[in-house]
Amino acid sequence: MPAAIVTEHLTKDYRVGFWRPRPYRALDDLSLTVEPGEVFGFLGPNGAGKTTTLKLLMQLVFPTAGRAEILGRPVGDPAVKRRIGYLAEHPYFYDYLTAEELLGYFGGLFGYSGADRTRRVARLLDEVEIGAERRLQLRKFSKGMIQRVGLAQALINDPEVIFLDEPMSGLDPLGRRDVRALILRLREEGRTVFFSSHILADAEALCSRAAILAKGRLVASGSLSEMLAFQVRGWEAVVEQLPSESLPRLEATARRVQRIAEGRYSLEFPPEPPPEQVLPSLLSAGGRLVSVMPLRQTLEDFFVERVGSADWDRMGQ
Amino acid sequence: MLATILRIGVNVFRESVRDKVLYNLVFFALLLIGASLLISQLSAGQEVKIIKDLGLASISMFGLFIAVFIGIGLVSKEVERRSIYALLSKPITRAQLIVGKYLGLVLTLAVNVGIMTVALYLVLAWMNWQTSPAVRETWEAPALDPALLKAIALLFVQLMVVTAIAVVFSTFSSAILSAALTFGLYVVGHFNADLRNFENVLDSRVAAWTARALYYVLPNLAPLDVKTMVVHGQYVSPAYVAVTTAHALTYIAALLVLATWIFSRRDFK
Repeated sequence: MPAAIVTEHLTKDYRVGFWRPRPYRALDDLSLTVEPGEVFGFLGPNGAGKTTTLKLLMQLVFPTAGRAEILGRPVGDPAVKRRIGYLAEHPYFYDYLTAEELLGYFGGLFGYSGADRTRRVARLLDEVEIGAERRLQLRKFSKGMIQRVGLAQALINDPEVIFLDEPMSGLDPLGRRDVRALILRLREEGRTVFFSSHILADAEALCSRAAILAKGRLVASGSLSEMLAFQVRGWEAVVEQLPSESLPRLEATARRVQRIAEGRYSLEFPPEPPPEQVLPSLLSAGGRLVSVMPLRQTLEDFFVERVGSADWDRMGQ
Repeated sequence: MLATILRIGVNVFRESVRDKVLYNLVFFALLLIGASLLISQLSAGQEVKIIKDLGLASISMFGLFIAVFIGIGLVSKEVERRSIYALLSKPITRAQLIVGKYLGLVLTLAVNVGIMTVALYLVLAWMNWQTSPAVRETWEAPALDPALLKAIALLFVQLMVVTAIAVVFSTFSSAILSAALTFGLYVVGHFNADLRNFENVLDSRVAAWTARALYYVLPNLAPLDVKTMVVHGQYVSPAYVAVTTAHALTYIAALLVLATWIFSRRDFK
């Protein structure tokens, strides 16, 4: 079975400037492989080259160098297009059509007709929870509803590989939850989902593997567990009824001591010594343990470490 | 393949109907009826000719506006609004998109011109019915002259050429520039025949060759305009209609190939 997506040394230069055009490298030597059935997160700050990569995979732009394949065939092959779905970032659809008509039109381009097409359209609009509004022209739709219609149109052909460019953007918390649920359902159905996002929490919640892109270059890729190595940065304990005389001793051991309320403290310890050694002395001083939690490296930490805090700030997080 | 082109075309037609493009027909009808009422009060013996002139000129003008103003947006609007992203991710080629869009606008024009033709014949029938047989004798051509259809058919072919020109510009240029260039070529197209005679009056061989080259490259729209001949009752042979149409269709095909060639190389940033 061929890989779902393969890119080899994919590079894209845009020409910028009118009088003296000069190349601007939007994507630099991207090589990655996405296996069938994976939910693959394509992460990075704005301007990192995520959308350019997706456009190259959809052949909306042509590469300056390198090549890309989807399902073992070169991108742009009409036979490939029959087996994929795509939702662009901030999508726009013909606003003179109703949601039903739009999906019907796109379904027609896949050769569906009659009852089959009607059934597909109705099922997908049900899935993305577009109710009676499906008979309204899209110009009357909110941004969130357009995004839902966009998801539905990307699934009209039961695609094997689905490309979603920032699928959560413009959605309220409920909408985001629904999209997450939809992506997980697609994974359960065995489909490959390749989605870009600058929201790392989405990736942590959904992806089996991810790639991180910054300034057009691949910074890291692999399984999230590999990337983060589930490295325990330490552990945190919350205690209450802690006698104040035991504080100086704790401050010597703990990395950080934060008072939450009267007699209630959050204590952060380094990985060593382990909690089972530290906790008995804590409890002997008269404190009562509320919780113990390992502190793992998050994708945010990883990103800051690898990409730099300047890019992290640009992501507004 | 063909089904895809037709689906894209039907969607263009649907867009123009929803965008109320067909409202121009109301203006056409009002113009024609208003003018005929007015003219029947004024001139004796010339009214049918004037109505034919006015009707054919209006069909040409309204058609031209539709061809240019929808034509220039056919592709560029899809790109500017980014609706092209979803469309091109479906199993269609860029060539199918260009041809489908073109045929969609041609369908819109056909419906428009068709309805305007019916309206013109209705007004002419009304004038025929109102006029005494003695006055009818003085007309150069009968009111319900079927030869009018030849003029309208060639006028429609002319609009097809203009639409193809607009589509070419639409694949790479902004709407305003496309409109200016298309109108420009429409005007040039009516004087193209003069270029052919330039070589007789030019001394420079280079200039003569340039004029010749331009003659072949630029659209030649004047032969598609037989309005005056038809209104004056002069004979237009079916062979002439067939040859000029065939020539125009070849030119249209070349334009669509050019549009596809440009469009197939474009990046949609």
